[in-house]
Amino acid sequence: MILDFILEPLQYAFMMKALMVATVVGVACAILSCFLILKGWSLLGDAISHAVLPGVVVAYMLGIPFGLGAFVFAMLCVILIGLIKNNSKIKEDAVMGIVFTTFFALGLMLISKIVSSVDLTHVLFGEVLGISDESALYTTAILAVVSAIILIFRRVFLVFCFDPIHAQTIGMPVTFIHYAFLVLLAITITGSIQTVGIILVIAMLITPGSTAFLLTKNISNMIMIAVLVSVFSSVVGAYSSYYFDVATGGTIVFVQGIIFLAVLSYQKLTSSGS
Amino acid sequence: MVDTTKDIAISLDNVSVNYGSKEVLKNTNLRIPYKTFTGVIGMNGAGKSTVFKVIMGLVPPTVGSVRVCGDDTKIAQKHGHVAYVRQSEAVDWDFPISVNEVVMMGRMGVQNIFKTPTKADKAAVEDALKQVRMEDFSDRQIGELSGGQKKRVFVARALAQGADILLLDEPFAGLDATSERSLIDLFIQLKEQGKTIILATHDLLSLPDTCDQVALVKGTVIAHGPTKEVFTKDLVSKTFDGLLHHIKFD
Repeated sequence: MILDFILEPLQYAFMMKALMVATVVGVACAILSCFLILKGWSLLGDAISHAVLPGVVVAYMLGIPFGLGAFVFAMLCVILIGLIKNNSKIKEDAVMGIVFTTFFALGLMLISKIVSSVDLTHVLFGEVLGISDESALYTTAILAVVSAIILIFRRVFLVFCFDPIHAQTIGMPVTFIHYAFLVLLAITITGSIQTVGIILVIAMLITPGSTAFLLTKNISNMIMIAVLVSVFSSVVGAYSSYYFDVATGGTIVFVQGIIFLAVLSYQKLTSSGS
Repeated sequence: MVDTTKDIAISLDNVSVNYGSKEVLKNTNLRIPYKTFTGVIGMNGAGKSTVFKVIMGLVPPTVGSVRVCGDDTKIAQKHGHVAYVRQSEAVDWDFPISVNEVVMMGRMGVQNIFKTPTKADKAAVEDALKQVRMEDFSDRQIGELSGGQKKRVFVARALAQGADILLLDEPFAGLDATSERSLIDLFIQLKEQGKTIILATHDLLSLPDTCDQVALVKGTVIAHGPTKEVFTKDLVSKTFDGLLHHIKFD
């Protein structure tokens, strides 16, 4: 009976695709989230995810893959934040706030003139069940590559997050690593939008890493736990939308949040008891 | 006369550093011979840390030239000749990383950036940890160490890097007297092994017995050379605006 519950949806191609994409999104976001929260760049992830909206709309207008438009605007956002920060006395969090909301607002303006409200909902909140074969393949391939790059160079990113000054003083190309990290972040965000949408993708990039951070003092374990939590949430999300017709992205992020709270509460309760 | 170029580990020639419009170091000259133990002293804000940062290439000199091992800083760094131990607040102590992994970061010069640690790397890390007597703490998460132990780990990272020149920026800040004493002993031992040690410190009491060279910093290096010649009442009073007694007994 449980087996039926698990297997029944799998006879549908759309469900197989959704599960595959949600899983690979879960893996890539989880791996990146560990480094993002250790670096203290959560807000930057939030900024990038919102700033890609106009890119998606422009891509829609031009009929090019919307990941491409999203990526271009993600990089524009990062460059603009850097430029303003270096040329004014405004603090970085305020600069990010200004830049990403302006980008997001531009996206909303464009969308209201051009795209139907159905499409808008998909961009903002994700719609993985309706993903095309082409998009599914593209997303899976690119996020698998991102995951592999981060895992292969994890020691480099680890030094970069832990002690960038040390990295610089032993002759590592810190500026290059900095931008490589941002590019990987931008790619992951754009690749994840179809599944969880622009608004919720940041949760995928913060929550799994944070949950894992509570549970371990070892970076390899942290990455493993984050991936497990994230993939579990993705699978639950996909099945929930099949059986209960609830939003996939919403369910994934909600499950991640509940797991985080459960872990935190469990730790607080057990530590106060001892 | 003795100071031929090949005996000089670090030289600053007429170096000035500005932060924005503020001049932090002015016309600074400094020559540090190999295999010496140099104490860098001066008041807070006098520019000690900036001297270190300009040597490490972390801030560019506005004018003047900086040489490390006779080369540009970047080249010396690529060869791993010089290591820098900063004031400790700079890292996140909750970071999920062990003592062993921190010290291994010393081995990640450009040559091994794409590799996983080799046997030689592992041996170097083990050896460095033994030298600072932290081998029993190898698997500890770094936040679980005492202040003195944390310092030792970062000194071990510098040793694992294979650096001959160690820049130590106020390593005694926040440490108790015992931890400080055992660190001083470690530094003296490293100097005897042939390392060049450059130490920024506020501990003027132990300085004459520890350092064979002294550099006095007050917006520039006002004097540097052998301790006997430079660590004099006159020059030190000049460095500390005559407030020496107050600082000594603080």
